[in-house]
Amino acid sequence: MNKHFKNRYLDQIYNGLIRENPIFVLVIGMCPVLAVTTTASNAFGMGLSSMAVLICSNVIISLLRKVIPNEIRMPAYIVIVATFVTLIDFLMNAFTPEMYSSLGLYIPLIVVNCIILGRAEAFANKNTVGMAAADGIGMGLGFTLALFLIASFREILGAGQWFGHTLYTSGRLFAPVSILVSPPGAFFVLAFIMAVRSKMKIRADAVDACSHNCMNCPLNSATCGVPEKGGR
Amino acid sequence: MLAHILIIIVSAAFLENVVLNQFLGICSFLGVSNRVGVAAGMGGAVVFVITLASAVSSLLYKFILFPLGLTYLKTIVFILVIAALVQLVEMMFKKYMPGLYSALGIFLPLITTNCAVLGVALNNVTNGLSVAESIITGIGTAVGYLVAIVILAGIRERIDNSDVPQSFKGMPIVCIVAGIMAIAYMGFSNLAI
Repeated sequence: MNKHFKNRYLDQIYNGLIRENPIFVLVIGMCPVLAVTTTASNAFGMGLSSMAVLICSNVIISLLRKVIPNEIRMPAYIVIVATFVTLIDFLMNAFTPEMYSSLGLYIPLIVVNCIILGRAEAFANKNTVGMAAADGIGMGLGFTLALFLIASFREILGAGQWFGHTLYTSGRLFAPVSILVSPPGAFFVLAFIMAVRSKMKIRADAVDACSHNCMNCPLNSATCGVPEKGGR
Repeated sequence: MLAHILIIIVSAAFLENVVLNQFLGICSFLGVSNRVGVAAGMGGAVVFVITLASAVSSLLYKFILFPLGLTYLKTIVFILVIAALVQLVEMMFKKYMPGLYSALGIFLPLITTNCAVLGVALNNVTNGLSVAESIITGIGTAVGYLVAIVILAGIRERIDNSDVPQSFKGMPIVCIVAGIMAIAYMGFSNLAI
């Protein structure tokens, strides 16, 4: 794995945020991506509360990694995660009641978010506490960033608003595309994200497999006529 | 009485469809919908688990958690109940339907983390439904899931034979189909019940 930062904690955070972004690269935990991305503020609240659960559960699971028997690790992880989700549920109910009522059911459902159990299984139970915390921060930030980007896209184009502030209203040139904030819009946005990702992957694979013979090149286009000299 | 039951089932199955309207259980909805038979098997397993889970969870809530003032434990208790039920279903499938068991593969144990199951159980107690109402809502929700996943699988079998743009092959086109299905389901919201 190529490192972007000398400090391994910073590198692990960068890993979650960009290199292995849970939504755009790993494509896990898609339920909240579809459900709470109607407004940027909802996405922010969901991202931050999931991040808090992720960091706490990663730290505790890493601390207990030599205590929990291998055979019953899944139920143990679920109980740990559910405990923190219950805590966050109460904290949000007490301090951010508005956010709590608009996210509703999706707060307790953080328990079954694949990202949290996935990181527990793939990372936290094999690494030191500091690294697990860094991974939680990175993955949490990556998740928040992804939710925030998708929600901004949907809210700005779909409702003409951002964080609840009206940016524009129906005019002669452009009117909000209201389907984007309705349930079908969520699927369409997700479809385009995945399509862009697969397009990038096709390009990357083709560049990797370049044989300098442009006749059979998958990237071949009208402009490609000169065989490349020496590498890409 | 019968009308009341029917209203609960129809609104849970179609008006507030669990996948296309509430986005619960997306992973398995997109993951195991490539063949109609397998999708129906998955749907059947989910019907079984959701029905049992809503019955057990609302009984536990009503007779143990609520009287003892432990309602704050509901998330933890429900998820453990669901995990145990899924284990049970897994063992039954392994014994009586080995073909379907291997076809469902990893998605069978993953019903535990299917948010639809926990979502229904939590929704039932938050909305203060009685035990009978919870079970009926559970059945309705699960039937909604079964119908949606079977329709999606049927469409996907047809898509296999059509010329999809390269970058939309696989998951992206499935999401587009799901989006169009969601538009169709929006039509149900005009049903006057």
